[in-house]
Amino acid sequence: MFDSARAPLPPKPGVGYKPQHYAAIMESPGALGWLEIHAENYMGAGGRPIAQLRHLSDRFPVSVHGVGLSIGGEGRLDPDHLARLRHLCDWLNPASFSEHLAWSTHEGAFFNDLLPLPYTDATLTRICDHIDEVQEVLGRRMLLENPSSYLAFADSTWDEPGFLAEIARRTGCGLLLDVNNVFVSAMNLGYDPRAFIDAFPLQAVGEIHLGGHDEDHDDHGAPLLIDSHGAEVADPVWALLDHVLAKSGPRPVLIEWDTDVPDWPVLEAEAARAGRALAQVTA
Amino acid sequence: MTGLIADFLPALRDAARPVPDGVTDGAGRPAGRRFDVYRNNVAVSLIEAMETGFPAVARLIGSRNFRHLARGFAVAHPPRTPVMMGYGQAFPGYLAGMEALAHVPYLPDVARLELALRGSYHAADHVPLTPDALAAIPPERLEDTRLPLAPSVRLLRSDWPIVEIWAYTMRDGAPKPAGTGQDVAVLRQGFDPEPVALPAGGFAFLRALQSGAPLGRATELALQDTPDFDPGASLGLLLGHGALCQPEDLP
Repeated sequence: MFDSARAPLPPKPGVGYKPQHYAAIMESPGALGWLEIHAENYMGAGGRPIAQLRHLSDRFPVSVHGVGLSIGGEGRLDPDHLARLRHLCDWLNPASFSEHLAWSTHEGAFFNDLLPLPYTDATLTRICDHIDEVQEVLGRRMLLENPSSYLAFADSTWDEPGFLAEIARRTGCGLLLDVNNVFVSAMNLGYDPRAFIDAFPLQAVGEIHLGGHDEDHDDHGAPLLIDSHGAEVADPVWALLDHVLAKSGPRPVLIEWDTDVPDWPVLEAEAARAGRALAQVTA
Repeated sequence: MTGLIADFLPALRDAARPVPDGVTDGAGRPAGRRFDVYRNNVAVSLIEAMETGFPAVARLIGSRNFRHLARGFAVAHPPRTPVMMGYGQAFPGYLAGMEALAHVPYLPDVARLELALRGSYHAADHVPLTPDALAAIPPERLEDTRLPLAPSVRLLRSDWPIVEIWAYTMRDGAPKPAGTGQDVAVLRQGFDPEPVALPAGGFAFLRALQSGAPLGRATELALQDTPDFDPGASLGLLLGHGALCQPEDLP
């Protein structure tokens, strides 16, 4: 169905690329096996961002991660934005393209956040139509990422693993399993994260995300974890990664650190820890 | 979920509105402040995008004031595209309309300059014209030669010494602003845009070059604006900053 000649992401640690790390990464990449960029930051016509990306992609496999396509939105996908994604994927020829199970645009207004949706037959159909369109326009298979949830919808008739499995089955897309999101959602909505993983279609997972979270509380004093990407990965999330990898085998594992970004050695140490987790499992 | 996002949106934009029905915690109880996580994410992410895009404006009025202002701006002018590098085009006009900021009348122009710097930073690359290539043009052909400005050049006029105000705000040791209005070109040599005050007539000259006029016509227009305009000074400035493109028809 899609071009399979393109080299996939390696089953190694990667990091979310931050421009302040450019020189350090080129100098001492350490455990780094690949990089991920946010697509929307590389949609300018030129300048330093594009030049750095060209140099990085000469040296490392690159994953393009979209944060603005609003695949879960009610309206049709923004054709201008799809064209920008296609332009980026055409010249960069990344190892992977991924987006989110979320919406972020409504009637032309963009909210700059990943917003939640209920899991129903109607939303399932619309999301599958959107993914079909993305895969057709980009000419490649995409990965869809599970969200971090702070609330649930009374209208939902599917659980999240089943919903994602059905999307993957209908569209042929792969899945991006964010293990921190699984942990955050499980704590916030009161389910067992391991049971979630056990129900998840791991054979469809083409990439794993890890990131830090913050702790807060809801109106009833129950824990409310916030997916902040602003700290080291928490120990229970590392343990959950081990649980995933033992079942899935090696996968590309990404460290996301987007706020209060540390110096490169701190981020590299997180990548190295992911490398050790990967080394414990065999294909 | 027809209407669900429509229900979600007003409450998302306005914290005074009740949390929509149909969203719960894991035990089926109303979502309550869990909904605030989304409200907060939307507001804070846009405020942070504005802080990144307008650091000089933020310094001039202070972080607290800026965040308050940016929150109001984001509600009045939400982004219309997920490509946030262009966000805030309406901010100078928004600032100009704020009576409470009448004591900093140059603020909208600082915002314009910051938009120009950001636009220049992300603009297309070009091959700069070298002094040798310019010198090689036969004198009789100069008048009809088109020397396109780099795509990263931005031009603006201000009633204030805007380059000095910007530098004094952003750079340690920059002199205190003095003087009057300035014409400004943002020039990007390599990857770092720099605001440069233009000599008299320079604005008309650069604007003419930017719109594709040949050298002779651009000089004519600049002389109409400034009778003692010196094209050599403006060309020297552009060459020195690598701000002219290598035209295809040069030898």
